[in-house]
Amino acid sequence: MIRRLEDMTLGQRRAIWAWGFLALPVVFYVSIRFYPTLEAFRASFTNWNIVGRMEYIGVANYVRLAHDPAFWKVIGNTFTYLGLGVPISMLLSFVIAYHLDRVRFGHGLLRALYFIPHLTTAVAMAWVWRWFYQPPPIGAFNVWLTTLGFGQMPFLRSTTQALPAVLAPAIWAGIGFQIVIFLAGLKAIPRTYYEAAAIDGAGAWRVLFEVTLPLLRPTIVFLVVTSSIAYLRIFDYVYAMTNGQGGPLDTTKPLVLKIFETAFTHFEMGYAATQTIVLFVILLAISLLQLKLLRSR
Amino acid sequence: MAMKAGKMGFWLGAILAALLATGTARAQVEIEYWQYTFAQRVQAIDELIKRFEAANPGIKVKHTHVPYDDFRVKIAAAIPAGQGPDVVQLFYGWLQDYLKAGLLQPLPASDFSAVEIEREFFPIVQQMKVDGKYYAVPTAVRSLALFWNKALFKEAGLDPNRPPATLDELVDYASKLTKRSPNGDLLQEGLTIDMGGQDHHWLREVLIRQYGGVPYSADKKSVAYNTDAGVAATQWYIDLVSKQKVGQIGFLTDGVTAFRSGKAGMTIDGSFRLGALDNQKGLDYGVAELPARNNIKSNFASYWVNGITTKATGAKLDASVKFLRFLTTPEAMELWLTTVGELPARRSVAEKDANKNHVKYGPFIRGLSYSYATDFVNESAQRKVMMDMVDKVVLKNMPTKQAVAEAAVEEQKLLDGFYKK
Repeated sequence: MIRRLEDMTLGQRRAIWAWGFLALPVVFYVSIRFYPTLEAFRASFTNWNIVGRMEYIGVANYVRLAHDPAFWKVIGNTFTYLGLGVPISMLLSFVIAYHLDRVRFGHGLLRALYFIPHLTTAVAMAWVWRWFYQPPPIGAFNVWLTTLGFGQMPFLRSTTQALPAVLAPAIWAGIGFQIVIFLAGLKAIPRTYYEAAAIDGAGAWRVLFEVTLPLLRPTIVFLVVTSSIAYLRIFDYVYAMTNGQGGPLDTTKPLVLKIFETAFTHFEMGYAATQTIVLFVILLAISLLQLKLLRSR
Repeated sequence: MAMKAGKMGFWLGAILAALLATGTARAQVEIEYWQYTFAQRVQAIDELIKRFEAANPGIKVKHTHVPYDDFRVKIAAAIPAGQGPDVVQLFYGWLQDYLKAGLLQPLPASDFSAVEIEREFFPIVQQMKVDGKYYAVPTAVRSLALFWNKALFKEAGLDPNRPPATLDELVDYASKLTKRSPNGDLLQEGLTIDMGGQDHHWLREVLIRQYGGVPYSADKKSVAYNTDAGVAATQWYIDLVSKQKVGQIGFLTDGVTAFRSGKAGMTIDGSFRLGALDNQKGLDYGVAELPARNNIKSNFASYWVNGITTKATGAKLDASVKFLRFLTTPEAMELWLTTVGELPARRSVAEKDANKNHVKYGPFIRGLSYSYATDFVNESAQRKVMMDMVDKVVLKNMPTKQAVAEAAVEEQKLLDGFYKK
């Protein structure tokens, strides 16, 4: 039955080689990613508490989730992170990349400076920002504010300012990556389009809106989708800047932190799995929607 | 005569069997001990194992330590699979969960008699008795005390060797220790205010009792602080921030950092903090019993215990019992005290003059005799209830009475969720 290697066509042999090399990552993904993911689906229908057996309780976890005000609060927070984080970071990174693209002097240095925050450990950075937000005379931001004659801000100790205060370092770290991708996208636009536009007498704004942005569409799609996923999954900055609490009064708590709490302080693994499934569905829906809206047309 | 010979044969056989058994045991028995990773605890257990193995040549103890965050998960996964520890360290508040999951076996009464434990150990240890059987015993216990910075006391014109003894004195001293810039910015706290640290224990088991209340009902299943006493105690605590303004929530990120860096005159913390503070260069501090009110003293105690898992059977069980007995000897407790900074769980060891009058351990040990260990069902969630209660008043201007009432409802939900299971 088994044909010997010599009997095969070149194409078949190639396919075998390809599958041979692919087997390792396939096994890896199936065992490390797909299998646990399927297990999470299963766990979401149980009342598993880490110790003891899994008992099936049907959709009870999903019903409980729908009636859990704490869940709707973190969903609201998560979408606030997304709603503020994506547009602000996209705008900032595009503006910076657009101008950086024109700068010749010190281009490499500037690009490196913008990229460094992306390479820095999130937790270390979050802690530094935590100190920036301290009241005067310790916190840098409040020292500047008071020196400039403004009143001091409570930042992390405020139920309204804490979420943007946590988001700021996340955006700051994220734009380094976005700028580099935008720069690559800008470089990939052929010069000839700009030359043609210049000959036709198009102004700078017109070139931006009718040449640059449309040709950057694949870059924009990529960045919107990846940064949306990142802000929907925000965790480390919140954890490090609020002592793992998502406070004050849960105003900065994102969904992922709630999942973590449910799993590892309440030990309700089943209920945590349910929330994970919801997060998965949200991520999937938003990514598909964005791909559909931004890619075609 | 024949009977005699038979008896003799029996005894000879028994002795031979016993010799053979110890002979094989000497070569074979290895038990596993698990605890969470914490430098001083690891060091202490390594030293104790060395001494135990020297005294018991037939037994080897394998010491595994697991990062705190994974500790419960790994144990829960390992034991039902026949892996993992024979003797395990756990927090006193986890006992119920461990029993429900069938992870622990009762300690043999012949080696750990209830009468002896109750005579020798601090009364808080009785929480480890379920249906008349003990499931775990501690090596050490912890309690709270007031730490004060002697240099800052001197600077504020206070006697650096006389800590506040009452709550009124505490407020008075804290006001004198608080420093603000001309525009009112806080430069130095009189007393750290940090519900995320040990303050929630202080409020729950100390202040509420000092105001004449109790935190929970006698059967531990109901919240009992939603009373005038509970509100008054909470109000007194919140006034430290909003009226006396001797501290600020989140100042220098947390109470420990503020005190360590010499920017707080006083703080309330546990005996486990002594090691870190002693390593802080230039910090000259003292330790005192928690301030009293109307002559009422109270304290919060907590402890880690060691138990034997259901995995240990036969020779391993015998070895585990021996090891656990060793871990609760006065010798082990003395070592634990000097290495980890936790207090001996046997009264006779803790209350030796050298320990009871020790300048740093002493106040903690004296506090133990009037301490309470909260029956937490979920410590971090219950702490959060207290943090939110204070934040609602401080940030949202909610009346204290309402914040206490809401906290009681929230915490009752946690208790109900646990006890109905």
